[in-house]
Amino acid sequence: MKNKILILFAHPRYERSLNQSELINRIPDIPEITFHDLYEKYPEFDVDIETEQKLLLEHQIIIWQHPFYWYSSPPLLKQWIDLVLSFGWAYGTGGNALQGKMVFNAITAGGQRSAYSTEGHNRFSINQLLAPFEQTAYLCKMIWVPPFVIHGTHRISSDDRQNNSLLYGKILNKLAAGDFRTDELFSYSYLNDWIEDITVKE
Amino acid sequence: MDIMLQALIYLTATVICVPISKRLGMGSVLGYLIAGMLIGPFFLGLIGKEGEDIMHFAEFGVVMMLFIIGLELEPSQFWKMRRSILGMGAIQMTITTILVFVLMKTTGMQWQQAAAVSLAFSMSSTAIVLQTIREKGLSQTISGQASFSVLLFQDIMVIPILAMLPLLVLHGLQDKAEIESSLIGNLPGWLQGLSFFGTVAFIYFSGKYLFVPLLRIVARTRLSELFTASSLLLIIAVSTLMKIMGLSPALGAFLAGVVLANSEYRHELESDIAPFKGLLLGLFFIGVGISINIGLVLSKPLIISGLVLAVMVIKFGVLFMTGKIFRLSTDHNLLFSFALSQVGEFSFILLSFSRQLTILSQEWTDILMAVTAITMTVTPFLLLINERFIDPKIGVKMSSAGKSSHESISEKHQVIIAGFGHFGNTVCRFLRANGVEATILDHDSDRVQLLRSMGFKVYYGDATRPDILKSAGADEAKYLIASIDPPEINQELISQVRKHFPHIHILARAKNRFDAYELIDMGVKDIYRETLYTSVKLAEDLLCNLGHRRYTVMRMGHKFIKHDEETMAEMGVHRHDMKQFALKARETFSLEEELLRKDLFYHADEEDHSWDSEQIRETLLKQ
Repeated sequence: MKNKILILFAHPRYERSLNQSELINRIPDIPEITFHDLYEKYPEFDVDIETEQKLLLEHQIIIWQHPFYWYSSPPLLKQWIDLVLSFGWAYGTGGNALQGKMVFNAITAGGQRSAYSTEGHNRFSINQLLAPFEQTAYLCKMIWVPPFVIHGTHRISSDDRQNNSLLYGKILNKLAAGDFRTDELFSYSYLNDWIEDITVKE
Repeated sequence: MDIMLQALIYLTATVICVPISKRLGMGSVLGYLIAGMLIGPFFLGLIGKEGEDIMHFAEFGVVMMLFIIGLELEPSQFWKMRRSILGMGAIQMTITTILVFVLMKTTGMQWQQAAAVSLAFSMSSTAIVLQTIREKGLSQTISGQASFSVLLFQDIMVIPILAMLPLLVLHGLQDKAEIESSLIGNLPGWLQGLSFFGTVAFIYFSGKYLFVPLLRIVARTRLSELFTASSLLLIIAVSTLMKIMGLSPALGAFLAGVVLANSEYRHELESDIAPFKGLLLGLFFIGVGISINIGLVLSKPLIISGLVLAVMVIKFGVLFMTGKIFRLSTDHNLLFSFALSQVGEFSFILLSFSRQLTILSQEWTDILMAVTAITMTVTPFLLLINERFIDPKIGVKMSSAGKSSHESISEKHQVIIAGFGHFGNTVCRFLRANGVEATILDHDSDRVQLLRSMGFKVYYGDATRPDILKSAGADEAKYLIASIDPPEINQELISQVRKHFPHIHILARAKNRFDAYELIDMGVKDIYRETLYTSVKLAEDLLCNLGHRRYTVMRMGHKFIKHDEETMAEMGVHRHDMKQFALKARETFSLEEELLRKDLFYHADEEDHSWDSEQIRETLLKQ
């Protein structure tokens, strides 16, 4: 079964970003994927709730794609969450609109994976730090999927940057094609690990 | 003749002649004049078998015209321009009067006659010049303000001149029969002068203490047509009074206008009368056209053409010198001198008054009136010749844009800004701060030279002309910002661009909501109602169209507005330290220059490196 994917992209300085732009270049050009550039659409943060909710209803998989600023998302994505995921629609009494949809973060982070551990200087893992997003998904009865993460963006070589982006493209293709098992995804901490595993198997 | 039939003839002639004249680039004034000549006694003879009708018609056009001029004469505005009005006006009038006096003496006139004629001929045509300047959108430029100053001085001088004329009466020549009808006609000259001042004072005080309170009562009825009726009543009452006193009704209307300019109902009256204004002005010019006694001109071609030439040369020379004294640049000075080189409509009034006073003979009056009308007729032609042939050779060159060092950038100029007023100026500054250089088109030669000296790519000329648009690179340009001030000219520009350069994306400034509706009707999609915030918004949208990110551009816009407000606060304080300028436009200009200079070093850089990792990356790689 095919899935429609909605990528909610938030980057306040996209024109200066190397990693995010590489990622976006690798998004497969298929009809199942809708790329939604929030900062371009809402530079003044006047998120149009009706349009956004309609978009959500039209898709099965939601991706929050953004740089990982201060252990969270850029402010417009938070604004989007605050406004669009409204009571009685997304959560609370009668709030079942998003029930059963899959959601995950696709993020770029400056620190290495090792820095995001009990021993590292960030002290928490990415999965732990994403808890507010995970809980948001839970409250909206959505299926929380592990994140896709690119680490060490400041030092990354252009080859690695390209390889990572290719992985992202593969993930999107698989998800769109419905070529995956949901319970299998839960056994990985990053989607990167999942796609690498199945690439090796194939 | 039936009044409906007359109206039919006048309106038909107008509707046929004026659009043709406009289309040929000659302006509406010449169209009206030609219409008048065509329907006049010499050609078609549709109007004017009863000569008095024409004069009454023409006279009432002048009366209404003067009322409006008086109404627009704001005391505070007068005070601001007092230096240029008194300085330029007095120099121009004095010298012109002296030279024309000498000229007329050589024709064998008596000194009283020569004095009356020279005073009449020192006048220029407020109606023609202001109309032309407004149509060309030059009101706020240096030449526009210089013209206005001189004209205003002349308008005001009409009052003392009319008072003085009775003193020139030649007792030997006096023909009592002609002026018996007026109340004061039999009085000696000094008493006539005195009664004149008495009448003026009466109009002033009754206007202020009788008519304005009356208007208050009328205002409470909330019937707008009653307002128009009241102002018409005033004009007619004043005209009648002046006629009884043997004075010019036009002068009375002018005074009534001045009195009302001080009242709180000025704007209401002005907007009520606005629809009449254009028509009556046209009627006046038609009257001038009719009054040209073409038969007389043809029978005395040498005297009349000689006088026309001599008078215009004198007037032009004096004006040019006056312009030089007040340091007008050559372009502005040429325009100013050509524009005012004709003899004006006040001359008709002064001449016919002199005739009534028997200072002048009927024959001389006819000749001099013909001279006046001819000089008025040739003015639009002279301006056209100046614009197309003289100015481009002498003044700021139209096509050579900027210094050669900037030629290399020229291919990248995808954006044309037409009109560099407050709006276009801000757009340009913001684009420049973001690294986008635009080509500027402006019709103010001084500004063009200034901008060129600062390294801008500027073209000089009338942006509504396709050839000038073409030389400014309209063929290659992708975007055009239409920000010329009078909305009519802006709309003309837009329709020209859409017709000749349909590939260009137009972003238009609108003066207000109604102007915006007009632009919507023209099919313009991107409309910005002025001024600071929308001009920045326009530039933001343009940058987005050029591929910039919305959010960044929006933040740059906010920052720029902050910068602009700071600059304004700063300049607002020390503006008073600058030397006083005779012409208001020059002050505006020098402030504009300073603003641009301050901006040369302002670039919209992004100080927030937190959102791009460049800085962190560089630091980390160094370690």
